[in-house]
Amino acid sequence: MTARFALARAAGRTASGLSRVTGRGGGTTIGGRVTLLVDPDALAQAAVGRELALVSGTNGKTTTRTLLVAALATRGPVVSNSGGANLPTGLTAALTADRTSRVGVLEVDEPFLPKVAAAVMPRVVVLLNLSRDQLDRYAEVRRLAGVWHDTLAAMPDVHVVANADDPLVAWAGSAAADVTWVSAGQRWTYDSTACPACGDILHRDGEGGWRSDGCGLSRPTPTWRVDGTVVIDPTGERHPVELAIPGQVNVGNAALAAAAAARWGVSATDALRAMAAIGSVEGRYLQTSFSGRPVRLLLAKNPAGWSEALQMARSDTGLVVAVNARAADGRDPSWLWDVPFEVLRGRHAVATGERSRDVAVRLRYAGVEHVRVDDLAQAVRAAHGSGPVDVLANYTAFQGYRKVVRDA
Amino acid sequence: MPESQVRIALVFPSLLGTYGDGGNASVLAQRLRWRGIDADVIDVGVDDAVPEQADLYVLGGGEDTAQTLAVSRLSDGVLARAVAAGKTVFAVCAGFQILGESFLVGAGDIVPGLGLVDCRTDRLPGERAVGELLTDAADGLGVLTGYENHGGRTVLGADARPLARVRDGVGNGDGSGGDGLVQGNVVATYLHGPALARNPALADHLLRTVVADLSPLDDHEEEELRAERFAFLRRTRRTSRWRRQWRPPARDA
Repeated sequence: MTARFALARAAGRTASGLSRVTGRGGGTTIGGRVTLLVDPDALAQAAVGRELALVSGTNGKTTTRTLLVAALATRGPVVSNSGGANLPTGLTAALTADRTSRVGVLEVDEPFLPKVAAAVMPRVVVLLNLSRDQLDRYAEVRRLAGVWHDTLAAMPDVHVVANADDPLVAWAGSAAADVTWVSAGQRWTYDSTACPACGDILHRDGEGGWRSDGCGLSRPTPTWRVDGTVVIDPTGERHPVELAIPGQVNVGNAALAAAAAARWGVSATDALRAMAAIGSVEGRYLQTSFSGRPVRLLLAKNPAGWSEALQMARSDTGLVVAVNARAADGRDPSWLWDVPFEVLRGRHAVATGERSRDVAVRLRYAGVEHVRVDDLAQAVRAAHGSGPVDVLANYTAFQGYRKVVRDA
Repeated sequence: MPESQVRIALVFPSLLGTYGDGGNASVLAQRLRWRGIDADVIDVGVDDAVPEQADLYVLGGGEDTAQTLAVSRLSDGVLARAVAAGKTVFAVCAGFQILGESFLVGAGDIVPGLGLVDCRTDRLPGERAVGELLTDAADGLGVLTGYENHGGRTVLGADARPLARVRDGVGNGDGSGGDGLVQGNVVATYLHGPALARNPALADHLLRTVVADLSPLDDHEEEELRAERFAFLRRTRRTSRWRRQWRPPARDA
């Protein structure tokens, strides 16, 4: 360890402590920022001697990281960026705060994967899915897949665990020397109509398979598969998955996490049993009480995530749709029109959040009966019926809700 | 006026629908249905033929590869015949660019467009245009609001005129201060949002080319959304004036 890194780590700890004491924040980001200012090489330094898994993708990063941590924790302590700060600053803070754990799982913001991978030299990289998200920041998702592709091509020692069903992910992952392919599912296909490799049309067989007309790129043969709520491991053994968290998409995430945990010798049975115990993931799926009603929080950040979340929403509850458009959400909520809100026809929804007017117009054209209210507590009260309420929220609206619910 | 049903072709939403622009077709159809007029949206898949007999054709934004693929699929002439026959075409962003003579993709490769309208697109000299776009439209359409996200600079030829004058944002970015294009019954813009959800007057303007009499609708929710966006831009303008006065210009990240 270099003297500079030791100094950087101490400086980061001081900054983070000050930030917490003065109540300016959780301290994670500022601590990591100070550490990196003092030693720009701090992330690499903090990773020395560790076996790390990186998890990246548009949706499911936090959930899959949490599932993988649970699986690996059956073997010993695991360092992780819990709290979901997934930029280099947050990752640096997480790794410098825990000096002992040899194994770690880090979720990484998609465009930062090259930089982070180059710094920490991970043992495993888990690639979940890629779809449109925050287009004002990331522009085109195809370019992101290209950046991943080039990164993995340059890192022959990394083992990749990747979703074979997502063409963008499969193309990026195919650049790696060593890949475990998992058929984890893909409901959202609108960002991979064209082949990421050659630009020609991709044809789908309706059962998860796909093939490019032009270059012949096709779905890699998966060794891990999902069949309903059963995960099938490479030996063909079927493992029923009984996750406490909802959603078919999370069975796929569990399969990816189990495949990654297997690289550390954790059996699929042990891994999936550990995952089943998780009830909520940093507020996602959290069941709580608010404004006198039982509330369940569901986070969705983009069309693919919203399509999944609408599937998770219970049909017999009140429904609140909360949408902001801050920098972390993407400033442009046009994506609301990519979300099939029409499936809510016949139900009643409450539009809220800073862009509640966009939501209201969207629901109007979707033919969904609705009201619009500004205040979150009011929104829960205004939800249909008097029983449980599902709150579907995008990122900063969700964070706002978590804070209100916690303080209530 | 059509005999029974108004047919709206949503052209390749899986290629040209990156920014929710498929919503434009839903808006057109719903605004007819609410007036008791039967409407059908035809989602044209990449392997499907574009219908010859639609009343309105709607195209949205898309990524480079998808845009190029869309041009090759549209070179069968169906859209050209529709434009020649005076059918209404509404195109946004990449959909707008491909209707012109040419556009750029990737590192700067020039791709021939469909040549249906008099414009050509190259690259904006500076950064990508990303942000709220506010324009004053001709034809009594008033203020148009939306969000732009493009790297293209579109220069109009003599046969086309801009849809609107830019008040906030970039639009065509060719130095003329215009956004979009009008040429015959082709209307194009860089506005996402989707454009027709945020600008019901523009939606009805397009529908009037197909249905002569349109009864008024209760658009108070759209009006509230528009008012909120206008207020947002007023606040932003004040803040940026204040910033310019009191702070040095921000460094590039």
